[in-house]
Amino acid sequence: MSGIPHDHYEPKTNGEKWLDSRLPIVGLIYNTIMIPTPKNLNWWWIWGIVLAFCLALQIVTGIVLVMHYTPHVDLAFASIEHIMRNVNGGYMLRYIHMNGASLFFVAVYIHIFRGLFYGSYKAPREITWIIGMLIYLMMMGTAFMGYVLPWGQMSFWGATVITGLFGAIPFIGDAIQTWLLGGPAVDNATLNRFFSLHYLLPFVIAALVIVHIWAFHTTGNNNPTGVEVRRGSKAEAKKDTLPFWPYFVIKDVFALAVILVVFWAVVGFMPNYLGHPDNYIEANPLVTPAHIVPEWYFLPFYAILRAFTGEVWVVQFASFITGGIVDAKFFGVLAMFGAILVMALAPWLDTSTVRSGKYRPMFKWWFYLLIIDFMALMWLGAQEAKYPYDVFSLIASAYWFAYFLVILPLLGVIEKPEAQPETIEEDFNAHYGKADADATPAE
Amino acid sequence: MFKKLAIGAAFAIALIPAASNAAGGGEQHIEDFHFSFEGPFGTWDQNQLQRGLQIYTEVCAACHGLRYVPLRDLEALGYSEEEVIAYSAENFEVFDPEEDDFRPATPVDHFPVNDGVGAPDLSLMAKARAGFHGPYGLGINQLVKGMGGPEYIASLLDGYTGEEKEEAGTVLYENTAFPGGWISMAPPLSEDQVEFADGHPATVEAMSEDIAAFLMWTAEPKMMERKYSGFVGVVFLTLLSVLLYLVNKRLWAGVKGKKEH
Repeated sequence: MSGIPHDHYEPKTNGEKWLDSRLPIVGLIYNTIMIPTPKNLNWWWIWGIVLAFCLALQIVTGIVLVMHYTPHVDLAFASIEHIMRNVNGGYMLRYIHMNGASLFFVAVYIHIFRGLFYGSYKAPREITWIIGMLIYLMMMGTAFMGYVLPWGQMSFWGATVITGLFGAIPFIGDAIQTWLLGGPAVDNATLNRFFSLHYLLPFVIAALVIVHIWAFHTTGNNNPTGVEVRRGSKAEAKKDTLPFWPYFVIKDVFALAVILVVFWAVVGFMPNYLGHPDNYIEANPLVTPAHIVPEWYFLPFYAILRAFTGEVWVVQFASFITGGIVDAKFFGVLAMFGAILVMALAPWLDTSTVRSGKYRPMFKWWFYLLIIDFMALMWLGAQEAKYPYDVFSLIASAYWFAYFLVILPLLGVIEKPEAQPETIEEDFNAHYGKADADATPAE
Repeated sequence: MFKKLAIGAAFAIALIPAASNAAGGGEQHIEDFHFSFEGPFGTWDQNQLQRGLQIYTEVCAACHGLRYVPLRDLEALGYSEEEVIAYSAENFEVFDPEEDDFRPATPVDHFPVNDGVGAPDLSLMAKARAGFHGPYGLGINQLVKGMGGPEYIASLLDGYTGEEKEEAGTVLYENTAFPGGWISMAPPLSEDQVEFADGHPATVEAMSEDIAAFLMWTAEPKMMERKYSGFVGVVFLTLLSVLLYLVNKRLWAGVKGKKEH
């Protein structure tokens, strides 16, 4: 692997040499976990490990749950109750899996916003960013299909609403929706294919995670200053970095343990807090729930979907110039996917040459506003679609797009960035002082 | 069978949003009852669960089923195996496809499904309703007080005002806890309707609490085991966090110098 110069694995014994000349797997693992990592990484950099843990946790608990679950409309709901009542530890398995999805999304949102603040998406890390966005999209698809499996009221009606979005595509929408559902409505065929894909996608995500890690191991990690590691020589690079193992592994695992204390308390003491009571009512195609609310992690984008009604002039204008092909419903769908697309395009929309938000006096405030905007959208997504929430939703959605499409491109031109440190070492020493042992890493 | 069941359930559930729309979302009053099983350290009150089972058997079971609850689980309420066998045989009949006929229930059976009058199944009712909401959709009340399923059930049973009205051929009863204020279930409980072996008073309020506690048990029979796992996990993970904190501090001590300013 190219990148930051560091010591590589050298096979020493004959056995090691034998293996290395046939399959250099030890070297690969060594180089991966000993990767030089900027030593000034702060606590916002721990969420990658949390995410990797979540993926493993969901796969392991999921595989065991599958041993007891039955994907059939008449049996699915009852099989969940079977897991909750009769399977040894089944109630814990299921609650861990259920709340594990929430932890996964808490982690991914913090991870994404960390990237947005510190400019981790900027050159040369665009591929890492794009792969990350793909992982996020797949996570959403996986979580959505997983939520359908218990076959409760919200499962069924959530599936009906979300697959209905594809029905909004002009001309081919109905055909796509029928193809996705395996029939005219959400039914056994839908449940079965969602079950199949819910099992498949996590492994696709795992593969993408490897590519994600491969990409940023090639470019090196970003860091809070956004200043690159010096790569002139091994000695120079050593001043800016520490090996991932043990320094960052221990740090990240400590953070993970603290997060798991909270997670375990939620699972043990309030496992249904993040769920919807209606999902303890078996799915019933004849009864629509009073409010169909998606899981909390979809709410911001659900709010954007609903914000663009037929009364908004942008929607009317789009409808007019396309001769009615883009109606309000389709516009909402485009806006929802567009909201994620503009985020994925951040590397090319941000014109500033300074990476880290720390040194961008104007950017900072717009970024904080984006966080508030995201929270507001999350709250609005759970409210009824009526005044004044519809107006708020529209304003909040508009800001989301404005941030990526207007503010990021403009700031790079008008903003005067503050002075950045010359090196990572300088930043690190400013925080922690020079080490007595002259920065010799403890082996 | 399934279709009939679905339609029955559909009618029962349909009443909720319909009623709430009709009355424009009337003011709901959910009393924050104190239950012994609340909080991380709360435990079941076994006597209360037994009273709740008695009320269910003598009153609720006439219209409501508990289809997901196996009768054998009643041993968790402090009954012996013989008592559960006797209770099952005395109170319930189940259809046996092998005999092609009804036979007395045994502990390996579940409580029977009861969809005769379209009343909802109560197995999961305590988790399928939320007593507390908001404020402003922020979920803080649920965080502080809990979701409020059992509180909702107790408030509903204790919430009849005595007013009734007829609407499209159905008699509706005014209820301060039901969304919209009018429910099609007649007041099920009356004072001293049930006589408890332990001489516990059988007021409507006391019975409402007992049945709510019992239904929380039917909805989440493993709640105590879950909280215990939660407690053990939190203690061990906290300990692990402290150890990892110390390891991390020690590890980085050689790299970080003293702060200069």
